Amino acid sequence: GAETQDSKPCHPYLKPKPERLTDYFSQGKNDSEDSGLRFASCQLLWKQINSETEKIQEELNKQLFDNLIRFLRQSHSEFQTKTTEWMCRMKSSEIPTAALVLGVNVTDHDVTFKSLSEVLQDNVTPYVVSLQAKECPGIKHLLQKLMGQLMDCYVDADSSEEEECVNISQKKIRCSMASLSKWYENVTKKTGSETPSKKRTSSSRHWQSPPVVVIFKDMEIISSQHIHEFPLVLIFGIATSPMIIHRLLPHSVSSLLCIELFQSLSCKEHLATVIDKLLLTTQFPFKLSEKVLQVLINIFLYHDFSVQNFIKGFQLSIVEHFYSQPLSVLCCQLLEAKKRVTSLSHNQCENIRSLPSFRRYVESQVSEKQIALLTEDSFLKEVTQTLLEDLHIYHENYFTVLRCLHVFTTSLPKYPLGKQIRELHCACLGKSVWETEEYESAIQLLRMLAKDELVAILQKCAEIFISPSGKQFSNTVEKLEEFLARFQNLEAEANEVQDVSVSSQKELQKKTDLYHLQKTLLALKESKRSKKLTKFEMLRFEVVDFIDSLVRSYLAPAEMQTLNEVVYFNTANTLREHLNAAPRIALHTALNNPYCYLKNQTLKSDVGCISNTAPDICIVYKLHLECGRLINLVDWLEAFSTVVTAVEGTDPEAVATDQVDEIIHARFIRAVSELELLGFIKPSKQKTDHVARLTWGGC
Amino acid sequence: MHLVPTRAAATRLGASCEPRGRERNWGGGARACCSLRLQFRGQLGARPLPPCKVYVRSPLAVRRLLRPGARGALLPGKGGCKAAGLPGALRGGQCPASYLVNACWHCRLSAMSQLELKRNKVLEARFVADEDVLKHISDNGGVKVRKDRAQLALNIKRFVKKLENISDDDEAQEILEEQNYVAVLGACAEASELAQTPGKNVTFESSQYPEKPASTPQSNKKYSASNKAQLKSKKNEFVSTTPYRLRKRLSAPSLRSDSESDYSASCSEEEEEEDKDHKETSDVILDQKTPSKTRAAPASKKTPAKKLKEEMTSNLVEEYFEAHSSSKVLTSDRTLQKLQKRKLDQQTLLVLLNKAPPAFTAELKELNQQHESLFSKWMLQLHLGFSIVLYGLGSKRDLLEKFRTSLLQDSVHLVVNGFFPSITVRSILNSITEEVLDHVGTFRSPLDQLDLIMKRFKEDSSLELYLLIHNLDSKMLRGDKSQQILAQLASLPNIHLIASIDHINAPLMWDQAKQSLYNWLWYETTTFSPYLEETSYENSLLVQQSGSLALSSLTHVLHSLTPNARGIFRLLAQYHLENKDNPSYPGLSFQDFYQRCREAFLVNSDLTLRAQLTEFRDHKLIRTKRGTDGVEYLLIPVDNGTLTDFLEKEDEDM
Repeated sequence: GAETQDSKPCHPYLKPKPERLTDYFSQGKNDSEDSGLRFASCQLLWKQINSETEKIQEELNKQLFDNLIRFLRQSHSEFQTKTTEWMCRMKSSEIPTAALVLGVNVTDHDVTFKSLSEVLQDNVTPYVVSLQAKECPGIKHLLQKLMGQLMDCYVDADSSEEEECVNISQKKIRCSMASLSKWYENVTKKTGSETPSKKRTSSSRHWQSPPVVVIFKDMEIISSQHIHEFPLVLIFGIATSPMIIHRLLPHSVSSLLCIELFQSLSCKEHLATVIDKLLLTTQFPFKLSEKVLQVLINIFLYHDFSVQNFIKGFQLSIVEHFYSQPLSVLCCQLLEAKKRVTSLSHNQCENIRSLPSFRRYVESQVSEKQIALLTEDSFLKEVTQTLLEDLHIYHENYFTVLRCLHVFTTSLPKYPLGKQIRELHCACLGKSVWETEEYESAIQLLRMLAKDELVAILQKCAEIFISPSGKQFSNTVEKLEEFLARFQNLEAEANEVQDVSVSSQKELQKKTDLYHLQKTLLALKESKRSKKLTKFEMLRFEVVDFIDSLVRSYLAPAEMQTLNEVVYFNTANTLREHLNAAPRIALHTALNNPYCYLKNQTLKSDVGCISNTAPDICIVYKLHLECGRLINLVDWLEAFSTVVTAVEGTDPEAVATDQVDEIIHARFIRAVSELELLGFIKPSKQKTDHVARLTWGGC
Repeated sequence: MHLVPTRAAATRLGASCEPRGRERNWGGGARACCSLRLQFRGQLGARPLPPCKVYVRSPLAVRRLLRPGARGALLPGKGGCKAAGLPGALRGGQCPASYLVNACWHCRLSAMSQLELKRNKVLEARFVADEDVLKHISDNGGVKVRKDRAQLALNIKRFVKKLENISDDDEAQEILEEQNYVAVLGACAEASELAQTPGKNVTFESSQYPEKPASTPQSNKKYSASNKAQLKSKKNEFVSTTPYRLRKRLSAPSLRSDSESDYSASCSEEEEEEDKDHKETSDVILDQKTPSKTRAAPASKKTPAKKLKEEMTSNLVEEYFEAHSSSKVLTSDRTLQKLQKRKLDQQTLLVLLNKAPPAFTAELKELNQQHESLFSKWMLQLHLGFSIVLYGLGSKRDLLEKFRTSLLQDSVHLVVNGFFPSITVRSILNSITEEVLDHVGTFRSPLDQLDLIMKRFKEDSSLELYLLIHNLDSKMLRGDKSQQILAQLASLPNIHLIASIDHINAPLMWDQAKQSLYNWLWYETTTFSPYLEETSYENSLLVQQSGSLALSSLTHVLHSLTPNARGIFRLLAQYHLENKDNPSYPGLSFQDFYQRCREAFLVNSDLTLRAQLTEFRDHKLIRTKRGTDGVEYLLIPVDNGTLTDFLEKEDEDM
């Protein structure tokens, strides 16, 4: 009950009962058509996408991990064979260390480290400890964690000796490096005879903040003494630059480390791959509209550089789409979607009819067909099936041509249509790209490409067109090959052209007569002007025109496609609100302009003003804005009561006589303490009955 | 800081300034009105003015000098502005137009060219009535003038119209006149001029200028210091610089009489040698300006819009530093005690608030319904691994409570009242381990506890917990460590966190790593409902309830003690009250106290008393202080009023 809540800070309520998630999917939305199916397809889609992203991540990290493993193996084998190099290192007590430069997208690192430790456990050694700076506030914690994880690892690795090891960890022996090395000896003795080659500890560590390092110092000094009997390898994760190691660790420590640098893939490349694999493909039926994509990319570029967050945004848009769009039930693979169309209910058919893109389509049809579409459900379903197929084909063509156009535009100076394919994608999704100025200038620049470049690009394009579903583009490929062949021929022709010009030059030299000379010069000039274009130029124009026609026919904006609402998520606003919210602005608007929220006519006022019927806190806030650093409570109270009583039309004399109404006083107290809670003011001891202002400026 | 035309300002600006006042009655008998006009004469181009040490190079800098606070008129021009040439200089293209307008607007030039003291490089001050200024400005034709104070006065006046008797002819005439100013201004198209408009003027009245930027900074705060100086020299004419004075002046004339003693700087200052003092102040101010003007000068060449923006931001910044540069803040000295307000305790406050008529119920209900329609969506998203954070003005407690009762009744959930003053992360973790996981035993550190929780939840995927946290940003939970632990909890796939935040800087609690652990989805839920529960725990409810709180705790503690102990405290309290008028009262020495207690048969040995005192000290009922002579003195750190109340109550009980 409410009473118990007031007296206790935490209130557990224990009444477990299994629940059905799909219920929430259907609730709240008046349109609960096919919610179960929608939810199922949403979950399925997300699962697919999630596994795809993991795969991408794995592939991207593969090289890095391979390098790391090679490094570990190398230092390890040295330990095994007791080569001279390792002995040297032992003499100088150096610990082999890998420094992993990961970039500033700290949030993605967790995933990287997780997969790294998995890979290491599988490939190199069962003894992998992953420590996070945040989780280890002191050296004690650190060692404790290290021990704990090592023991656990051991348990996992060798189940026969499980009991013994549990004993060790439960004893909670002094966590020190000494005990650690003792333990290691113990373990190696027992299992040493079987698999001596697998003994190695590498502690990978997430290292971001300077204060941790103070703690490290000790550990590294200690551990260097034990390196003789204890083959330790450290892996540091670094967010900024490798120099930080030297800055954070004193020389005495860093000299004990034998550091090798590894550079991970930049987050930008990671994002590019993710976009390429998730968005620019027909593999997944779900698509993002231009604005949504723009929001996600902006969050990535201007806020966190986190691919993880990008994927989170992607997930959110999937959920939002399936939640809010009843027709999203058709957002699945084409065959499945066609099946689902046949079982659509009447309501869903009405939903289709009310789609703006479908209405446009209906209007473009002849009148009998219009009537049929709007009245007969069965006919509508047939048409919907063909339309969905069209949409699918549109996407197939779109992505191929987009890649082709991207090949062209990336070779241009200054990248008028963007360097990344995502920029080009955004430009094409939003509006007809051929109407934009950037496209115009890109085409202009294309008309000036040199021959070698053009040929190279054409070859790349031909590859793109051949590789995927070559059916639709067999004509295009033929055409491209024809162009290439003609370029080949041009080289032969070019020689002849040269001959002609040389002969005319010679002719010029022969004539000595002034009149004739003038005449020939004029003629030459004329011919130069009229000699429109060389064959190469003609061909180049032809190629560019061909590309232009491809763009015009295949890169039409998605919004123009019928039934695009089924697969495109386009409420960018919700996405921005939920991912990149601005709580301060919301607070400010609520205080400054309560009309935004409370649609009451008395609150309507011009910019910068506030009605005096507004909620108390708004008035108090407005009054406080006028003050300097300190605010006198008495004055504030009086100002407040003046404003409030002015509204209520009470006798002004009452105000004048210092008698502030009790209720108004109470309201004032409440409003002021609310402002304090919100962080606008704080009590001040500088002067009696004063509070200090904490914010400045308009917001 | 703002001077209103109806207010008089007879100020002397150093030795070189010559004040001339002209009084004018605005009808309100007590209000002596005349305005100070300052005229900068002579060459201002890159030449120091010895008396004031003004280094002026750019028009902008000149303008700066002429902010309303300076109340001066300065005429720029090559080789200075001769008195007769004033209109010419204004009309002619000697200076950039905007600059002219600015200068004119700010300083309200006087057309009269008297005071022909040909002292070059010298500041001259004189007093001109507002109408004269207006006349001069309109004489000059093309130059349109803006007077912010006019608007201020106008607005304020309109606002208090109901309160004030406006039958006064002069008053009405004044309003007309002010409107005149405004009309003249209406034609003034310079956006940059408008940028100077103090935004605060329009608090209660509709804006006259639709094109005026909403967040216009209050440029007039700048000259607080110089105003202060002026105030000092003519205290009886000026009231403080807080905005309340406007309201006070207009609404409560009866307060006027005591206003002169009412206001002071929070840092007391030597009030002698006013002239000297003032000169220094102005020196400081003007010197401060010089470095900034070089930066600001090129800005004037930019497009109006850009200039406007730049000025806005720069003003914001300057305004901030202006307010924080000097340690003195001028506010009124009035205290709540003088107001003879009875302090309210929490109970009375609630009773009173219940009496207050609720406003906008229909709208609030609608707003809440909007939020409630999101409940099932929240549930869905919580299950998909997101955490939900609610922000926006108004208490979100009821909303979350409703969410809980409507959707979480059948599942395990934990409600955390973050606003509770005694809450810690530990108590949250304890409730999880003890009540949800049924774990018996203690933990060495919260981290161990967290490890256990994480392990248990990872092992058992059928285990599910909803965590509802009201005010995740409360004082007790906003620490980095607490947030880290909570974030790690939230990152567990079967713990679903839904929380609310209120503080404006709450998002600063989380860095990227924590945010990704939390995996927030933000929802704006502005409810406008009062933070009753949340603020009721605040001990610092400013001033109003401290007394009652102390009293109740006092009685509470003493009731749990033996009668003898109560008697001991009574004795001390009585002695304390007897000496309340003695400013050098050091407290009761231990030996004296012992004697008294013995005499009253309260203790029989030194040790018993000491044991008793330790108990008091633990409850913060007394404080000990060692005097200069090494003797221990006992004090009661409770204010006398509360103590008297306490003794009275004790007498009643006995």
